[in-house]
Amino acid sequence: MSSLVAVLVDGVAYGMLLFLSAVGLSVTLGLMRFINLAHGAFAMVGAYLAVVVVAAGLPFLLALPLVFVVVGAFGIAIERTAIRHLYRRSALEQVLFSIGLAFALGALANLIFGPQQQAIQTPAWLTGRVALAGLDITSYRLFLIAMGAATAIALIYLFEHTLFGARIRAAVDNRRAAEGIGIQVERLFALTFGLGAALAGLGGALSVEMLGLDPAFALKYLTMLLMVVAIGGAGSIEGSLLAALGLGTIDALFKYLLPEAGGFVIFGLLVAVLLVKPAGLKGRAA
Amino acid sequence: MNGDFGWALRAATFGLALATGFSPAAAPAADGKLIVGVILPLSGTFANEGRQYEQGIAAYQKLNGKTVAGQPVEIVTRDDQGPGSGDLARRLTQELILRDKADVIIGYSFTPNAMSAASLLGEAKRPAIIVNAATSIITERSPYFVRVSWTLPQSAATLGDWAAKNGIKTVYTMVSDYAPGIDAETWFKKAFIAGGGQVVGEVRTPVTSMEYAPYLQRVIEAKPDALFAFNPGGDVSVAFMKAARERNLAGAGIKLLVTGDVVEDNSLSLIGEGLDGVISAHHYQSGIASAENERFIKAYKEVAGAEAIPNFRAVQAYDAMDLLYKAVAKAGGKTDATALLEAMKGITLASPRGTITIDPQTRDVVQDVYIRRGEKVDGRWQNRTFETYKAVADPGKTAR
Repeated sequence: MSSLVAVLVDGVAYGMLLFLSAVGLSVTLGLMRFINLAHGAFAMVGAYLAVVVVAAGLPFLLALPLVFVVVGAFGIAIERTAIRHLYRRSALEQVLFSIGLAFALGALANLIFGPQQQAIQTPAWLTGRVALAGLDITSYRLFLIAMGAATAIALIYLFEHTLFGARIRAAVDNRRAAEGIGIQVERLFALTFGLGAALAGLGGALSVEMLGLDPAFALKYLTMLLMVVAIGGAGSIEGSLLAALGLGTIDALFKYLLPEAGGFVIFGLLVAVLLVKPAGLKGRAA
Repeated sequence: MNGDFGWALRAATFGLALATGFSPAAAPAADGKLIVGVILPLSGTFANEGRQYEQGIAAYQKLNGKTVAGQPVEIVTRDDQGPGSGDLARRLTQELILRDKADVIIGYSFTPNAMSAASLLGEAKRPAIIVNAATSIITERSPYFVRVSWTLPQSAATLGDWAAKNGIKTVYTMVSDYAPGIDAETWFKKAFIAGGGQVVGEVRTPVTSMEYAPYLQRVIEAKPDALFAFNPGGDVSVAFMKAARERNLAGAGIKLLVTGDVVEDNSLSLIGEGLDGVISAHHYQSGIASAENERFIKAYKEVAGAEAIPNFRAVQAYDAMDLLYKAVAKAGGKTDATALLEAMKGITLASPRGTITIDPQTRDVVQDVYIRRGEKVDGRWQNRTFETYKAVADPGKTAR
């Protein structure tokens, strides 16, 4: 019994990592209706940045907000120079541009850092094990759960209970009307895109310890991130959280109970959810 | 739209013309030149592996020059982008032979890529030296293959034999679910059971799986004496080794046994504490104390940078070049397939890994396999050899 709980806790932690990496994509894809396949590339930028600044001596806990801010600014810069021209283009053009951007950033990472795996120096208190209510769990996984929960609460508050959130929802639903009542939609979209990039960067920085980092990172985990957004429903923070935690725990549970098939169950789950609810669990019909 | 299309067409035509017509490599080889076609994964997820081979080749040429038996050696390198590109590897082999007039091919990091090129080599009568691809059966697919690297049964069966002889009675196996993983599982079990051991559980995990905690929880509950694991290296193996430490396998009294590629020299700093006490079987580690290895590491660092650490892949490519140079010299400068293959059969090389021989019957490498334990030496995690199996041939063939 206790081992089942241990497996579930591990699954929740893995799910939180998925959530942290995917929620930014849910924001750009769902709220801004921009198909951003370069999301993994922003995560990669954040991950490399974290590796570099931590190696230079910055404490891990300070590196995280730094990554959030810098990758966010980088996202805004890309939005201002390129992405804003693509909002009214077809989905195919958005896909081609963003996947091209992901390839280019991956190649750039290969030039700068080389193709080898990178490691991040996490502080000792994050790599140890803690006994919690009879469970043996690593502190890094606990840390991920805490980070994920805090991020989810902050984002739900931001989008549901602040003026900023209300403005975004207004701008997405009816851009002309929003502009008509004086909302600066251009600035709002730049900020929102930057927020998506910043969240990707944070997710990337937190991923290095568990998933490693190389120039292929930009595309390697894109499928998992898209699955989270598709199952959760694009644009919904709660949906992404639900989907990520569901994927994490169900994946862990089946790998544990039915190891022969466990690795593939989540893909079946994706098909089932999309058949029953094409817009995702919490998605609004487009 | 029409304009776009026309532009694209012109660009494509121009590109093709560049690729086929004006390529300097298309010129036929001048007489007396040895052209080596090299096929490696140089982009994508496995670019890191490709670079090791490339630098191993460069290190060899740095030490031994770019001529052999009076002939200049010209290297033409192509990128097969990793596994799952067997078609590409076959096409590149064809191009290297037909257009670049390659006398010999060196390459193939992955089994499917080597397999796909097998029939071509016979048609074109060109020998190919395999720098890695470790599934046993490959060398039986073409008499033109010579393997200087290793085979998975070589490591896995040796480890199985060692486990059975060293007080390990029950084992759980966990391998990645693809051909090499199944090779590893099969041969470990065969040797372990033959030695009196018992396999109490087995699981095959998806090749790209990065989350091993649930699988490991199951192993811990089965309470075996040891877990035997194989996975494809790189980030997957680092994630596996970290998870094994996280789940505290050692604390549960379970020894971890892996084939040496899972804990190769390049990833040791990433695995860190996870290496503590792990037993592995492999044919190379950078700590080997020999004049050849010292010479190799020095040349490798000159080519790749002072911080670079060569792993078994770099050594295998280095040895592939050595095999070629020595064979050309032995054949009195002849570079046709018959002369080269005859010269390679039975040849003995002083490799950085120790003495290796090419078995004249199977054209496969015969080498020492080291049993190592993960330890921290002078502040750095390393695999320290404590037992050596001498002159191990591929059990995949000797068994028949």
